[in-house]
Amino acid sequence: MVKAEGVHKRFGRLEVLKGVDLEVRRGEVMVMLGPSGSGKSTFLRCINHLEKINAGRLSVDGELVGYRESGGKLHELHEREVARKRAQIGFLFQHFNLFPHMTALENVALAPIRVAGIGRDEAGRRARDLLARVGLADKLETYPVALSGGQQQRVAIARALAMQPKLMLFDEPTSALDPELVGEVLDVMRQLARDGMTMIVVTHEMGFAREVADQVVFMDEGFVVESGSPGQVLAHPRHERTQAFLSKVL
Amino acid sequence: MGRPDEIKAVPVRRPGRWIAAAIVLLLAAAAISSIVSAKGFQWHVVGQYLFDSRILHGALTTIYLTFLCMVIGIVLGVLAAVMRLSPNPIVSGASWLYIWFFRGTPLLVQVLFWYNIAALFPTISLGIPFGPSFVHEPANSLVTPLVAALLSLGLNEGAYMSEIVRAGIISVDEGQTDAAQSLGMTRLQIMRLIVLPQAMRVIIPPTGNETISMLKNTSLLYVASYTELLYSAAQIYDVNYQVIPLLIVASIWYLVMTSVLYVGQYFIERRFGRGFSRAEQVSIRARWIGFGHREGAGGPA
Repeated sequence: MVKAEGVHKRFGRLEVLKGVDLEVRRGEVMVMLGPSGSGKSTFLRCINHLEKINAGRLSVDGELVGYRESGGKLHELHEREVARKRAQIGFLFQHFNLFPHMTALENVALAPIRVAGIGRDEAGRRARDLLARVGLADKLETYPVALSGGQQQRVAIARALAMQPKLMLFDEPTSALDPELVGEVLDVMRQLARDGMTMIVVTHEMGFAREVADQVVFMDEGFVVESGSPGQVLAHPRHERTQAFLSKVL
Repeated sequence: MGRPDEIKAVPVRRPGRWIAAAIVLLLAAAAISSIVSAKGFQWHVVGQYLFDSRILHGALTTIYLTFLCMVIGIVLGVLAAVMRLSPNPIVSGASWLYIWFFRGTPLLVQVLFWYNIAALFPTISLGIPFGPSFVHEPANSLVTPLVAALLSLGLNEGAYMSEIVRAGIISVDEGQTDAAQSLGMTRLQIMRLIVLPQAMRVIIPPTGNETISMLKNTSLLYVASYTELLYSAAQIYDVNYQVIPLLIVASIWYLVMTSVLYVGQYFIERRFGRGFSRAEQVSIRARWIGFGHREGAGGPA
């Protein structure tokens, strides 16, 4: 589903990704670990083409991200095509980024109406179903400011699901939450994984990684240091850097 | 054990407040009495002309000029602000030049320029640049006094509004654009549905100020003999020499109109504040009643 080969990303002179290779298969859950500044979030943003990569190849579902290849040359995709591809990938942010001037229901129904071109009634019905699925059937008309962090993140998950994505990216979805609210968001994510969603999750929740991940990747300073099953990476890390990191967070 | 009794304490005495209030009231009374009794004000003449049909007509002209010029200013302002933020350097440069020119020259000079446009361009052609033209007219028949008024005040306002709109756009968190992009929205959709509605909260209060300024700036059209409120008053005192009373008449109408704008601004701000305050909206009445102990009331988060 996602394949990265030698992906590099620079911000000015700062090189954030220095050649990332990894692969996520359909239906798989990959958890990315690593200290802050290791490039995990940047890598997620590259998958969704919120950032452009400088070198290497990155593809989603067999198609290059942001480019079209023909005659041995790369052609930049038109903004409209990039947008169409983004719509198939759900992105969850650390700070939720709900639209504060819209109710929970409007947040969820907006993209189906405006991007997918689904009728208002149908989009509204779907949005209600999705909000019920994340346990917020009673918060349809509530504005984000009046929701707790955990509730906001669950609305954000419903908003992403409304576009029926084939892949979901989670950028530290529980890092901004009070400890007692983390569980409700992880529960929704566990359910998604059980339903067969392909997911890449950047998180510090080791319990979630151990229980849900098919593959765990440890990143540091722009490289993938180590990857494998949770049993291997979390319980028997081979690299010194991984061992040092895990000894601090576990 | 029961709930302890509510605290009933004797409030702190604040003699300073009473003294300050007394001084202010005394000064106000003195000012009012001097205004009412001074002969120069000629209050009976003021009353005679307050509802004169020429004055009312002038006030009406001022209102629709303000409205039309603000519409032009806001449309141009949004356009110039979006252009200014464009990645295309020619587009953003053009916007910069427009703002630089219209903010950098006095409004009065701009008004005079537009009224004398015929001296600069005796005829005006509209069409494809360096190509065929569709309209070819003498400037004086195309730029009527109304068009000149709208162009001068509207173009100037657009330059100021664009800076206000730009500040509003910049104030919206970048995460909003990220989220909208990740849902597959295009740049135009993001601007229209996500960024501008949120920018409104920042844009509205200074736009209210701009509208109030505009209402007063229409009086500059006096130099172009455009019969708005001030010129209407001047036409009357040119004949009867009652300069001060007629200026008071005009001032009263300006005050009435700006007061109406204040109220309108309050309701518009409330409309665009949706979703930003946890607290129930405080009504005007409650605000006035709560005036004395605002510290305890707490503002929106």
